[in-house]
Amino acid sequence: MRRSWWKVLCVICLGYTVIGGILMPVPRLNIINESIRNLYYHVPMWFTMILLFTGSFIYSIKYLRGGNLRDDIYASQLTNTGIFFSILGMLSGMEWANYTWGAPWSNDPKQLGTAMSMLIYFAYIILRGGLKDDEKRAKISAVYNIFAYALMIPLLWVLPRMVDSLHPGNGGNPGFNQYDLDSNMRMVFYPAVIGWFLIGLWIATLKIRWGLLKFEKENNFQFEFEKNNK
Amino acid sequence: MAQGHLLSLVRKDLLIEWRQKHTLFGVLLYVGATVFVVYMMSGQPEARIWNALFWLTQLFVAVNSVAKSFLQEHPNRFRYYFTLVKPTTFLLAKMIYSVTLMLMMSLVSLLLFSILLGMPLVQVGLFVVISAVGSISLSVVFTFLSAIAARAQQNSALMAILGFPLVTPVLMMLSNLAMKAISPVYQPGWWTLALILLMLDLLVVILGLILFPFLWQE
Repeated sequence: MRRSWWKVLCVICLGYTVIGGILMPVPRLNIINESIRNLYYHVPMWFTMILLFTGSFIYSIKYLRGGNLRDDIYASQLTNTGIFFSILGMLSGMEWANYTWGAPWSNDPKQLGTAMSMLIYFAYIILRGGLKDDEKRAKISAVYNIFAYALMIPLLWVLPRMVDSLHPGNGGNPGFNQYDLDSNMRMVFYPAVIGWFLIGLWIATLKIRWGLLKFEKENNFQFEFEKNNK
Repeated sequence: MAQGHLLSLVRKDLLIEWRQKHTLFGVLLYVGATVFVVYMMSGQPEARIWNALFWLTQLFVAVNSVAKSFLQEHPNRFRYYFTLVKPTTFLLAKMIYSVTLMLMMSLVSLLLFSILLGMPLVQVGLFVVISAVGSISLSVVFTFLSAIAARAQQNSALMAILGFPLVTPVLMMLSNLAMKAISPVYQPGWWTLALILLMLDLLVVILGLILFPFLWQE
């Protein structure tokens, strides 16, 4: 219980987000209307994705410094979970855009940036898939991960300055910024961010544990021996 | 000492290029054929499309010409180089070589573009400078990625998969910069964009120099 307090917190936060996010009052804005509630689900998914990719970046650096294959498992599983969240964020955003902007895809820089980072991390998976040797796979994919992440961040920052954004709060669209003091939305948004962060980490830890178990099993001769002598 | 190594490595690559003329002319023919296909498909398009097609051609030419930098070397020969030079020297030499090659190719494709697809440029000198900066950016990124692809014992297809999403924003910046040479419109923040692009190139080189030693050791 002492070690799993954050899982309890995660369930509470997300339960509150689902119920509060749908029932609590929101400001009435033109165009966005009730769809402003997507803020509680769509936006934290991006935050979680960035968090997970950052975690993966840190573990890749750790791997290159120490050469411990466990760090590679951490990096790869964090990336996989990050990709899962990027797909969720993309789908929730496209569904929302379909009603608010009239089309699921409308050349928005944030959409483009996400599509690009999705392509980058899909390439990471392809790169890993092509390599059979554990050490080599870990090393090469760590190098690519660091290179890609370090390039992606400035690009995600530059891109919105080149294409006009349709996102609320950008380019004169009604947004959340002028309602920053709207305490009702804050009361749901902050717990939502925490809840999504924690569930991202939770999924990642499960996948990492599974990866570590598989790693132990493949690299433990004792285990093989016992299995054969049963 | 390291400088001597660097120069002799670059010289070696360029000499190989000159002696094995079929690869050099192969790339030149690739450039020519690509531009010709583009011309057959589009005729003489308006300035914006011209710009987009030019940078797309640059992207494909970069993938094909720069891929040779690491992928043409036999994997066993890396071990030999490993005993001779520092990894950073080796990467820098490869980068200089592919930048040289790419600069030449982009000039050739610019020439072919102006012959076949028309010449919508207002400031030719500026456009040449921007396409030179573009060749440097593209070839530096793809050199590093070809090192990754070579270590993974894969072909240039992997390099393209790894590289396309990374260079898309670079290409967008380049084509935005180039619009200034094409149409005389006022573009606010042009210098900032140019500066960002140069910083990005610097970042790629520095990252490459930091990461390549890890890639190099087995």
